[in-house]
This record gives sequence, structure tokens and C-alpha cells, in this order.
Amino acid sequence: MSQMIKVAITVNGQHTTAMVEPRTLLVQYLRDNLNLTATNVGCDTSSCGACTVHLNGEAVKSCTILAVQADGENVTTVEGLANGNEMHPMQQAFMANHGLQCGYCTPGMVMAAISLVKDIPNPTEEDVRIGLEGNLCRCTGYHNIVQSVLAYAEGK
Amino acid sequence: MSVKTRTRRDILGTSALRPDAVPKVQGKFAFSSDLWAENMLWGATLRSPHAYARIVSIDTTAAWKIDGVECVLTHEDVPGKPTYGLIASDQPVLARDFVRYMGEPVVLVAGDHPETCRRALAAIKVEYEVLEPLVDPEKSIDLSVPPIHPDGNLIRRQQIIRGDQSLIGEVVVEGNYELGMQDQAFLGTEAALALPDPGGTGVELYVATQWLHEDRGQIAACLNLPEDKVRLVLGGVGGAFGAREDISLQVHSCLLALRTSRPVKMQYSRQESFFGHVHRHPARIWMRHHATKDGRLLRVEARVVMDGGAYASTSSAVLINAVTHVQGPYKCEHATVDGYAVRTNNPPCGAMRGFGVVQACFAHEGQMDKLALACGISPVDIRLINAMETGDRLITGQTILNSAPVAQCIRETAEIPMPPNMTNDTDVLAIPGGSGLTATPSKIRRGIGWGVSIKNLMYSEGFDDFSTARCTVEDGRVSLKFATSEVGQGFVTLAPQIARTVLGLDEVFIETIDTGIGSAGSTSASRQTWMSGGAVNGACKLVATNIIAEVAKMRGLDPSTLQIQGTDIVDLSGNAVESVVAATKGKRFSETYEFHHQPTGELDENGQGDCHTAFAFVAHRAVVDVDPDLGLVKVVQIATAQDVGRVLNPLSLLGQVEGGIAQGLGLAVMEEIIVENGRVRNPSFTDYLLPTALDAPDVIARYVEVPDPYAPLGAKGVGEPPCISVTPAIVAAIRDATGVDLLRVPVRPQDICL
Repeated sequence: MSQMIKVAITVNGQHTTAMVEPRTLLVQYLRDNLNLTATNVGCDTSSCGACTVHLNGEAVKSCTILAVQADGENVTTVEGLANGNEMHPMQQAFMANHGLQCGYCTPGMVMAAISLVKDIPNPTEEDVRIGLEGNLCRCTGYHNIVQSVLAYAEGK
Repeated sequence: MSVKTRTRRDILGTSALRPDAVPKVQGKFAFSSDLWAENMLWGATLRSPHAYARIVSIDTTAAWKIDGVECVLTHEDVPGKPTYGLIASDQPVLARDFVRYMGEPVVLVAGDHPETCRRALAAIKVEYEVLEPLVDPEKSIDLSVPPIHPDGNLIRRQQIIRGDQSLIGEVVVEGNYELGMQDQAFLGTEAALALPDPGGTGVELYVATQWLHEDRGQIAACLNLPEDKVRLVLGGVGGAFGAREDISLQVHSCLLALRTSRPVKMQYSRQESFFGHVHRHPARIWMRHHATKDGRLLRVEARVVMDGGAYASTSSAVLINAVTHVQGPYKCEHATVDGYAVRTNNPPCGAMRGFGVVQACFAHEGQMDKLALACGISPVDIRLINAMETGDRLITGQTILNSAPVAQCIRETAEIPMPPNMTNDTDVLAIPGGSGLTATPSKIRRGIGWGVSIKNLMYSEGFDDFSTARCTVEDGRVSLKFATSEVGQGFVTLAPQIARTVLGLDEVFIETIDTGIGSAGSTSASRQTWMSGGAVNGACKLVATNIIAEVAKMRGLDPSTLQIQGTDIVDLSGNAVESVVAATKGKRFSETYEFHHQPTGELDENGQGDCHTAFAFVAHRAVVDVDPDLGLVKVVQIATAQDVGRVLNPLSLLGQVEGGIAQGLGLAVMEEIIVENGRVRNPSFTDYLLPTALDAPDVIARYVEVPDPYAPLGAKGVGEPPCISVTPAIVAAIRDATGVDLLRVPVRPQDICL
């Protein structure tokens, strides 16, 4: 067993700390240490984007970040988006526009979409497609996902 | 008092939203991979590294000694039936004497951590005598080739002989078509949690599956337990598309849980998932079409060879679908068809969205284009001239009794406006090669192609795949119970829509989806709207009748004069007697209903018989841009008109259509499991390419609504048709753009430019 390292990561506004192996991925830290299971793993090769979270407000694939790299940083997962009982408008947009079917890609897709619209406040359809290219969905064919993001951007 | 008409929310015909969207967008929906139990162990599988080998010995001694390992199991530890399978029980729970494909399960371990399990797997010594794999399906047909399995190498042969066997058309076209192996590639890999009963007398399994009751039967047999001691609960399913119809880790996780008397969780990695489920059958199809010189189809000849891989799975049914759909949605009186599903040492193949019809359609649509060219008529006209109608006979002799608006699908698709032509202003990202900036815009060629298909709905060949539902109304509130797997398709949206419409109550709750009620059959074959929709509709109608009877009794009225309209019970004049909410206050009504479709029969040795129960149709038109220098393709637009019977939820339907089209695009130009001498070369999402948001084309969909007289809600299944004829349409468009006679999918760059 390799040497354990202490990390302290603010996740969804909560201070968290744990001893982890250096190789622990951020997604493993979220799922296994914190039991925040919304962030899904779909591929193990950084291809699918199901594990997308925000690291200091920027979308990252949490399977490409080590927990130790997030030490001292701010992480937001889809569980941390709602304001009390009120869902984030991007979550509402995905619901209203049928931007999901099985829902496995949804947490990552929502996080990537929020980051995208932060960078490009008034995106075109093409902007959205380019911005979400790293997030795979096998159910929807992406159209309703793109519509969800555009609806959110228009309604902001 | 007259009834106030008001628009009711979320009844049939409206775009009711998914009830599970709320937890899904919040990350609160528990997928099977999220399951956890106190004191839980992890299970893992040692798989064969060889496509074909004899097992000389298995030594698990070192694995047992690893700290944290609780259990190591081989074939000797299977207490019941040593094999499982959907149609033929030919696949070992754990390999005994031979491994027949790369990735076949050999040993199971349970340990306190996935890492412990990985170390244990590495410590197991299996000595193999490696054998030369049988990988050419043509050799599997040859009876002189030694069998690789006691059941033989030929899984099934089916001929279709109809009409004049010597008829030669004025125009004859032929082609050899080939399809690669596609993966369902659901995003949520296989996962399950098994909870043993005290004393090992039974087990409860939470699993992502398409068919709880079928799993239960196979699991119970292998565990040597009565079926009622095996309880299955649907774990959250991250997509399915056919890949969850077969057993994967179900028996394994239960075995480990029963042996260790502890909860056991198993979950496949993406790489393991590629080996852990069946795929779409690769196929080679030769076809010869005979027609009059003005393009009327007279006779089809076909030879279909489907590679079933090492174990049978549903290969025999996939073959029947392929051979019985080989004429396409076209009138044809004479046929000579020979089909084979064979066993090889390639990965096992079984169900994937389209189920054999995808393969047949790629061939028959290629043929229709050849016929159009030979007869000098357009791809649209050749299809309209031959379009099937209600009352026509298939080459099996079966008469189509369903609505069959084939010509209407084609015409409505043709009316959809074409996308704008590429101009100098066209965004470089929208042309083939995209941000690679590899294309010279002036050299890009545009092509247009067509595909039309017929798809059977529900199961065939005498199989009675019924569905069961219970409806309970109490205090104005409905609860629905069924074992229908929700895999993302949206039955959890549709079922409450049905209940609201039939019962006039708005509040509908879905009970846990498990084996605590009769089977719903599989979520496959585009069948749940028809079958489980029929069951929910039936149960709700029985309850509605009981509610009306109760109101009639209380008020001294004749129940036949009352009905539910909107949210009220009304009399013959349409006057409200009482609201349904008020009528059910303090009362409870509950009914269970089993829905069966019209019976089907077997095929005889000449492939004649009414083996299917219903059909749906669809047309696709593809527009592509191709860079002929690099062989890169951009699918610009898919226009489609689909025969849906009746639209029950427009938004949900659009999701099925667009999602299916993306999968059909994947098969056309991207997706293939590459198998070399039985070895899978690309078991990851970096090497097996799925369509992204940038690959997905613009989709313009129209729905042809001719309510089907046999469908309980008038609606046909909509899941499979979108992904069937879109593949040949895209390939036809690439042929049109390049002039290259592409006969194999996926079309690779080198097929176009070299």
C-alpha cells in the first residue's frame, strides 16, 4: 500500500478531508469517500464525460484529476447545484426539454453545460455542440440536450 | 351541471415530462452502479485471454491466501444447472473444459475491495492449451469442420421458398453486403448488488436488466433454488439497447453472495463491459433482385450468414428476423432465401436495437438503389412503385393486417425541405474534417440517399410475451405496479399518462419495479408501449368499470349510462354525476390485467407461416457531405417520416427518433468492434467511436398517424425503426456523393478514398 496523503477539498460548499492514496482519482474521492454518487463513471478513459464536475467553477472530467490535485480547491458536483429546494435553472431546462432518457450522462452533461454557458453566455447551436463534444450520450441523439442548453441560455 | 372542459395535463397525447427526470437531473437517481450495502463484498471475474482453448487446470490456491479475499469460485461451485441462455441454454456459468471466446468467465472472486479482487484474479493460475479459433462463419456452416461446442457450429438454418423458383426478371441486380459488429455501448456499465437471505435459502438481486422475470428463471436454475426464492428488483438502468437482455453478472453475483453469506456487488469497467455482453451480429448477405423493366419487384434471392459468436444467445431469433424481413417494405411474390446463424470463436452476439432487421435492411436497401439505377428511375420512385400496403403478403405467406402507410412515409419524408447548400460562408466546423481544417470546401461533395424499412413488433414464432400490470385506486390516487424495465425509453412517463386518461385522476404513483407481480416481458422489440401499455390500460379500465359500478349502485343509476370523461363521471347527456376523486374518497379499487398480443405461429421448412404479430414502417432520407480526398463524412441532415400509429407523447417520441438515428449513424460511419482472429482490438471508448454532439445530424421528423387496429392504444412501438433504415440511407448518400459502390458498414475513410 502506498503512502497515504491527506487532502482537504471543499465539495459543494462543505469542507471535506480524508487520507487518500496518491493515485486516488477525484471521481473516486467523490463517490467512495464522500458517497456523492451522482457523478458517474462511464468509460475509464476520459472519453465519455459522465464524471464532469466543476473545479473552481470550471468543468473538468473528474476521472482525469487526482484527488491530491484538488487539495485545497473548490469542487461542485450536480448534487451541489440546487439552491435549497430550488433546482438550478439548467437542471430545470434539462427536465423541461426532455434532455435526458436513461440519465446516466445527465449529471456530467449538466455540469459541462453550465460551464459552457458561463464561457459563452449567448451560445449558438454550434457553440453548444462543440462545447459538449466531450460528453457522450447514447440515448438522446443530443438534440434535446442542445435544446435544453439553448433554452437555459435564453432564459437566463 | 355541464362538464367544464379544461385541458388536462400529462394525459395521452401530451408531452408529459419524465417523472424520474427530477432525481436524474439532481443526481439523486440510484443507478445500479450506486448501490451499496452494509458489510458488502465486491465480486470480480477472471476471463479467458484466448478465443479458443482447452482448460488444462485451474489453481486458485494463491488467490485464497490473499488478505481480504472471501471466496473463489469455479465451475465446480455452481450448485444448479451449469449453463444458461435465452433460447438455448448453452453458455457455461463458468467455463469448465473449454473457453470459446476471448473474455469468457472462468473464475469468480469476492473480496473486501475491488483492488483486493484484482490482486486475487492476478494470482489465479489457469493453464490453457491454446487452440486455433474458428472465426470464419462460412466454415461454421461446413459440417465437416469439427464442432467447437457440443450443440454444433450451426445454430440455425432457415430457408424461405415461395412462388416461382426459376423466375428471372427483366432486370436483375445483385450485391454482396457486409456489416461489422456494433456495440450497444450503453453508458452505465453492468452492475448489480446481490443480498443473500439468512441461511442461504434465497437471494435478492438489484440489477440493471431488460427483463426481470427471464433473469430470475435463469438465475434460479443455475443456483438450484425455486424461482420464488429469487427476487429481482430493477436497479437504475443506464441504457440498454439489447445488451441487458442476456445474463451477464446476474448468476455470478448471486453465487458469490450465497457462498459468502454477505451482500456482493459487481460492476464491470468499460473494458470488461465490451466482453461482458452480447453485440450486434456481424453479417454477410448476398442478394439478387428480379424486377420488371419498369421497376416492379418480382423475386428476391438472398443468402444470409450471421455470426453468432461462441454462444447462441438470441441468434436463432435474430436470424428469423433477418430472413423474414429481407424483402423490405415492398411487395414481392417470389422468394428464395437461405439463412444461417452460426457459432464461431468470436464474441457472442445477440440482441441489439433492430434485432436482425438492421442487417437485412442494409442489404435490401442497397439492392433497391441498384434496381433504381438499372431501371433508370429515382430512388424515391422505385420505393413508391413497390411500397407495401395493408393486405399484402410477405414472402413468408403472412398477410399484413396492420396499418402499413409505407408510401405515405416515403412521400412525407420527400416533402421535408432539403438543408441549405454549402456556401463560401459555411462554418468550417460544419464540413467534413471539422476543426482539423483538412478539407478544401470547393472539393466537398454532397450526396442524398434513401432508406425505408419494415420492422416486426413484439416477439415472434409462437412466443407469448405477455405483460402484467396492477392498478390500484385509493382516495383519488392511482398506483401502478408492473415489472416493466425502465431503461431510459420512458415507460414510467407513459404509464401514468395512460392512467390519467382512463381514470380521470391526476395523481399517479409507480410502485417499485420488481418480480413481485407477473412478468412484463422484455423491454425490447419495440414492445413495451404496446404490451405493458396494453396491460396498464387494461388494468385501469377494469378499475374504471368498478368505480362506475360503485357510483351507479350508490345513486341507483344504470352503470351502462355512466362513463369517465375528463376528471368526472358523466351520464349519457354528458352531465357530471361526480368527480372521480370524490367517487373514490375513502374507497379502494384494485385490479390486475394480463395483456397478450395476437398469437403467432412457427415457420415451416420453407419459411412459410404467420410468425410475426405486427409491423411498423419508417422512411429516412440522408444528406451527407464527403471529403473524397480523406474519406471523411459529415451527415448533414436526416429527414424521416415514421409510422407510429398514434403519437402518445411527442417529446418522448422525438427522443426515441433522434437517439435511434444517432445509433444508426454510428453503424453507418463510425462504430465497429474490431475482431482479429477472435481477439477484440478496441474494447474502449477511445478506440470504439460513438457519435458525439457534433456528429449527430440535424433531424427533421414527421409522424404518420394511422391508428393500428390491433394496438391497444392505437400506437405502434417506436424504439427500433429510427435506427434501421437510417444506416442504408447514409451509405446511399455517400455512394451518391462519391460514386463508390460501398457495400460494407461501417464505411471507413479508406473505403471512400483509397
